[in-house]
Amino acid sequence: MSDVYEALAAPARRAILDALAGREEQTLFELLNRLRYDHEVVLTRQAVSQHLAVLESSGLVARRKAGRTVLISFDPAPLAQIALRWPTPQEES
Amino acid sequence: MIRIHLASVFVTDQERARAFYTDTLGFELRQDVDMGGGNRWLTVGNPGEEGFELLLEPAGHPVVAPYQEGLVADGIPATSFAVDDLEAEHARLVGLGVQFTQPPTAMGPVITAVLDDTCGNLIQLAQMVG
Repeated sequence: MSDVYEALAAPARRAILDALAGREEQTLFELLNRLRYDHEVVLTRQAVSQHLAVLESSGLVARRKAGRTVLISFDPAPLAQIALRWPTPQEES
Repeated sequence: MIRIHLASVFVTDQERARAFYTDTLGFELRQDVDMGGGNRWLTVGNPGEEGFELLLEPAGHPVVAPYQEGLVADGIPATSFAVDDLEAEHARLVGLGVQFTQPPTAMGPVITAVLDDTCGNLIQLAQMVG
């Protein structure tokens, strides 16, 4: 079990979350292409799989099987604990 | 000079593949020859264009199932076809009930989409841009 801070510590994992934020429920193939073309991050399939395991363990990424294909999605819910721990004053509008 | 004249994809059901690759995707049937043992030499080609053929090959060998399973799980296409207007093709195919694992998405020099051929494979459609 990794916590959200460890999950966010690696630049590659932040880039993976950026790429996953582009569209809900991506295949690994789409995620790798988005990393390469939208974020200029070139990682091997194996490296991305390892990073996804850490992100999944922290709750920031969920994977589900749709038929025979695995779909990967970003779940920002665990990020709420950061704001709870260090509340940011609301900006006056 | 060596030229590519044939490439193949493994299909889990040749009858269904013949219908999908001709009626749905729009390729022309080139050859459909009984090879015995329930297997056919089944090829399709580009509409109105002689030459290159795609072999829709029986998936009977035991390594084919895990190969297809592994690629499909990660969303990796078995091969890629070119289209002139991907948005239009995507809309047409969705209207025919085709399932996509990836809608049209800009990927560097191309726009790509990935569909399920219902015969064990994912297929990429690509439109060159710029």
